[in-house]
Amino acid sequence: MATATFRIWRGEKGSGKFRDYSTEVTPGMVVLDSVHHIQAEQANDLAVRWNCKAGKCGSCSAEINGMPKLMCMTRLNSLPLEQPVTIEPMKAFPHVKDLVTELSWNYGVKKRIAKFKPRRPDAPDGTWRMVQEDVDRVQEFRKCIECYLCQDVCHVLREHHMHDQFIGPRFLVYAAALEMHPLDDADRIPNLRTQDGIGLCNITKCCTKVCPENITITDNAIIPLKERVVDRFFDPLTKLLRMFKAGSG
Amino acid sequence: MSEYLTHEYDVLVIGAGGAGLRAAAEASAGGAKVAVISKSLLGKAHTVMAEGGIAAALANVDERDSWQVHFADTMRGGQYLNSWRMAELHAKEAPGCVRELEAWGAVFDRTVDGRILQRNFGGHRYPRLAHVGDRTGLEMIRTLQDHDVHLGMDVFMEYTVVTLLKNSDRVAGAFGYDRERGRFHVFRAKAVVLATGGIGRAYKITSNSWEYTGDGHSLAYHAGAALMDMEFVQFHPTGMIWPPSVRGILVTEGVRGEGGVLRNGDGRRFMFDDIPAAYANQTADTEEEGWRYTQGDKNARRPPELLTRDHVARCIRREVKEGRGSPHGGVFLDIAWIKERIPNAAEHIKRKLPSMYHQFKQLADIDITQEPMEVGPTTHYMMGGIRVDPDSQMSDVPGLFAAGECGAGLHGANRLGGNSLSDLLVFGKRAGEYAARYARENSLGTINPDEVALAEKQALAPFESDSTEGPYAVQYALQDMMQDLVGIVRQENEMLQALERIEQLKARAQRVGVSGNREYNPGWHTAIDLNNLLTVSELVTRAALERKESRGAHFRDDYPAKDGKFGSFNIVIRKGAGGDPQIIREPIPEMSAELKKIIEEMK
Repeated sequence: MATATFRIWRGEKGSGKFRDYSTEVTPGMVVLDSVHHIQAEQANDLAVRWNCKAGKCGSCSAEINGMPKLMCMTRLNSLPLEQPVTIEPMKAFPHVKDLVTELSWNYGVKKRIAKFKPRRPDAPDGTWRMVQEDVDRVQEFRKCIECYLCQDVCHVLREHHMHDQFIGPRFLVYAAALEMHPLDDADRIPNLRTQDGIGLCNITKCCTKVCPENITITDNAIIPLKERVVDRFFDPLTKLLRMFKAGSG
Repeated sequence: MSEYLTHEYDVLVIGAGGAGLRAAAEASAGGAKVAVISKSLLGKAHTVMAEGGIAAALANVDERDSWQVHFADTMRGGQYLNSWRMAELHAKEAPGCVRELEAWGAVFDRTVDGRILQRNFGGHRYPRLAHVGDRTGLEMIRTLQDHDVHLGMDVFMEYTVVTLLKNSDRVAGAFGYDRERGRFHVFRAKAVVLATGGIGRAYKITSNSWEYTGDGHSLAYHAGAALMDMEFVQFHPTGMIWPPSVRGILVTEGVRGEGGVLRNGDGRRFMFDDIPAAYANQTADTEEEGWRYTQGDKNARRPPELLTRDHVARCIRREVKEGRGSPHGGVFLDIAWIKERIPNAAEHIKRKLPSMYHQFKQLADIDITQEPMEVGPTTHYMMGGIRVDPDSQMSDVPGLFAAGECGAGLHGANRLGGNSLSDLLVFGKRAGEYAARYARENSLGTINPDEVALAEKQALAPFESDSTEGPYAVQYALQDMMQDLVGIVRQENEMLQALERIEQLKARAQRVGVSGNREYNPGWHTAIDLNNLLTVSELVTRAALERKESRGAHFRDDYPAKDGKFGSFNIVIRKGAGGDPQIIREPIPEMSAELKKIIEEMK
């Protein structure tokens, strides 16, 4: 039976070191399987988050050979096993233990964003009508599994630690899902410009590249939101022209 | 209680899946001060895995649908062991709950005229499942999560409850620990809602995550509440089987709803070979008719692939056992074949079943638009659970409520797909409403410090043990044993053997030792969860021994037929005075004439 070596970050609250574990490899395995084997057989107290093991819950985010990924969706046959596979916790968040990081900042940010506020119902029975084409656009954003890999890779958070000025790609996607929701009436544009710090994103698209749900974060969510902010606050002429166009079209 | 961190609430909700979050919203709306305890991070609960949809007779796609038809379908699917009152409330209230989700921001797929689209599912007479592609559960939990956090409740993420606290016969709170620091907490509460989900981790092959260790079932049982229908464990017919590491991961019934067919190793559509009498009138005679049904032809009847889950799972097992399986011991589920029928089939499949497409592509190197999947049964859902009052969801223990999978009654002997998400909404809402009411009418109970001290001592015991017995080895041994001896097909001698093995495993669990400290230590958490797993495994086995017939999800090789006299009662288990389980055959209450008439008319 083939074996592979996994070089896993062990330690608490930022201090720690890599430890090597060798374990058996069988066809079809993903990185999370190896972590579970190691946990069951060699390191019962190895801290790791996971839930669905099917890429649907976004719990098992980590950096595998330096790349932000879901451990449950990373096949071992996609990695060079002749050298150790390194597994580290996400870097953009405070470390807790081993592969677990402190994610409560994300929950706090989300709570600050104005909640969904539907327009008045379209039908007397209190229901609404929406066409699938309008729904498709927000459904892309609502696929997000909140794995926070996009936050992890965003240099504004990861390198510059501007967590108090910038909400990060995940919550720009969340804001886009609300702003483009066919029923939503709330206005998040002023806050996107100020407290949410949308201007800090310089569209390097790192977030889009790591999204396990293949959400086109930068092009479909962030850029349209940036345009709305610009239209509202910086470019009255464009705004007028657009109104004119919309009126005549 | 000075040595513990102590919190006080009106309503404490244990569990943060669909039922817990819906209960918390309703209790908050009722003016209660609410806390939610989440075993994982918020938004990661098993609800997120639900794929197919929420069953509700909105009648958006087929105007013939109504609460009456939904009620009759649910009762037929549950083989009439359901709490008929719960089935009635569920069918009546599910549409409102779905519309409410939309008002809270959920974005369902649409009909051509802009209403909520509904799809076909096993056991449902008409297209009834409101859905979002094949990620309906994610939509539901995210909507509830984003709604709830603005209601002013406190959410305790990554906390686990180890015991309920009582004040004489009523509930007074709960005692648990936080994962991150390993500190103990006392939660005092006027009312407690259990919404802890299922027991899937008692089995080796399961679609359930690490969390589903029967916590609510076990907490309630040890607190003196009665459990019901514990013999009914649903094995979903289609889980992934290859490669080994993905074994058990769910393949949504939506694949069959969209026209996917089951074939054995010889290429035969074996589901046509065995159609139960109760469904003969509703099932297609030909492959052609079945296809037309999946494409919305209202004059066609459903293909046999959309019979109830218990039946489909057993047919698959039969094919495999009789040597007609697929190479890795399952059968083939084929959606790619629809390219013979519709243009752009590959795009259609990717749009309707996007996460199935990615799941197979990434985990199994299979392109489901081109080739069939290999599937087999996987432990999926627990029909049995805490016996509750159908209207209020209160258990036998005053102030203790239960909703969702850890409660019992709605599904009887077998749950229909899609009825779980609607169950979470309807009965989560009710549990929250009645818990808030109970909290208004009662004050905080007194906590018994001895009870807390004992629970703490038991929780810390694995650190004191110098045994080399590790928690994972015991858990794996239990899972293997339950899979082999109390699985999809059961018999008396095997289950008696299972009871002996459970006693041995209990002794091993007592000895389990863990290394490391109390901070985020999964080994320790697994050791604590073992107690719950062993409790529910024993109760499942005892109930399954008692039901000497085959019905719904419970199939006995030694009693392969349904027996009418077993159709008149539920099996109820409670902890006896000496600590041993007491089994009661509890007669099903007489159904109202109105409901009886509905069932007769729908036969």
